[in-house]
Amino acid sequence: MRIDMHKPILEKNDAIAAELRRRFAEDHVYVVDLLASPGSGKTSTILATIDALRDEFNIAVIEGDIASSVDAEKIKAQGIPAVQINTGGACHLESAMLKRAIDVLDLERLDLIIVENVGNLVCPTDFDLGENSKVMILSVPEGDDKPLKYPGVFQVSDAVILNKIDTMPVFDFDRDAFCAAVRDLNPKAPIFPIAATKGDGVEEWASWLAERVHSV
Amino acid sequence: MGIIAGVLDAVNASAADAGALRVLAVNLRVGRMTEAIPDALTFAFEALSEGTISEGAELVLEIVEPTSFCLECGSEFSHDRFHRICPNCGSYETTLLSGRELEIASIEVDLPDEE
Repeated sequence: MRIDMHKPILEKNDAIAAELRRRFAEDHVYVVDLLASPGSGKTSTILATIDALRDEFNIAVIEGDIASSVDAEKIKAQGIPAVQINTGGACHLESAMLKRAIDVLDLERLDLIIVENVGNLVCPTDFDLGENSKVMILSVPEGDDKPLKYPGVFQVSDAVILNKIDTMPVFDFDRDAFCAAVRDLNPKAPIFPIAATKGDGVEEWASWLAERVHSV
Repeated sequence: MGIIAGVLDAVNASAADAGALRVLAVNLRVGRMTEAIPDALTFAFEALSEGTISEGAELVLEIVEPTSFCLECGSEFSHDRFHRICPNCGSYETTLLSGRELEIASIEVDLPDEE
């Protein structure tokens, strides 16, 4: 016998994400979900972003990793609240995991939550977390061909950060080809070239984000 | 893995509700623009269904090709994974109509009174 189901597989995830989105809107908190590969400089980018915006906004960070709390410790050392989520092997964050982390934060006094997703360019793209925007980071050493290999993440991102531009002379990275490939996949997303550890370009990225935080 | 775990929860619950002895097939609709990989889904399904009512069931995947709608000229067009520019007017202002589906369409089950 056939049983018709027509059931979205991610229904449960999407329902919790919708509930989180309502809570974020009520408390006027802007949530940005950062997607990137391991070693692309997610934590350095977050630290540089905190530096640029901490006088203007109350910021918290949620760190998603398979194991350990080294990233959360780095953020806490800056005097910024940080919650570590260990996914215990899962390659992406799901909305139920984020909800547990949100529950320990004081949403009312926050303006901006930066979520560092698990280092992965594939799985996090299909999971809604209730965030206001997804932003991806690609670093120069990863190569200019990544938009062709991982189109999904470039398509779901509202902005693309190109990190480690100070290493461009060492790596054979074709910036024009990269930008053209990103535009093909996602013409609306701005591209921010930065060197997070040196501070180059961080201002443009931070002001794009600040404008959005102000709008919620 | 996460996707298939969700599928099995829903499928096993529906099959149990219907009083099924076992699940024969699970029909999924998977959009081309998602990150779900058919081989990985099949592997995860075989591994996770073991010992459940769905063990041995066939996982049937219908791949849904992407189509978009142009907000400038109103045309509807199908496209590949990479290009979503309107072929009619060249606009970038397009909205995806299909291609991101991840849906359990239906299941086939064995009922005790069927012969």
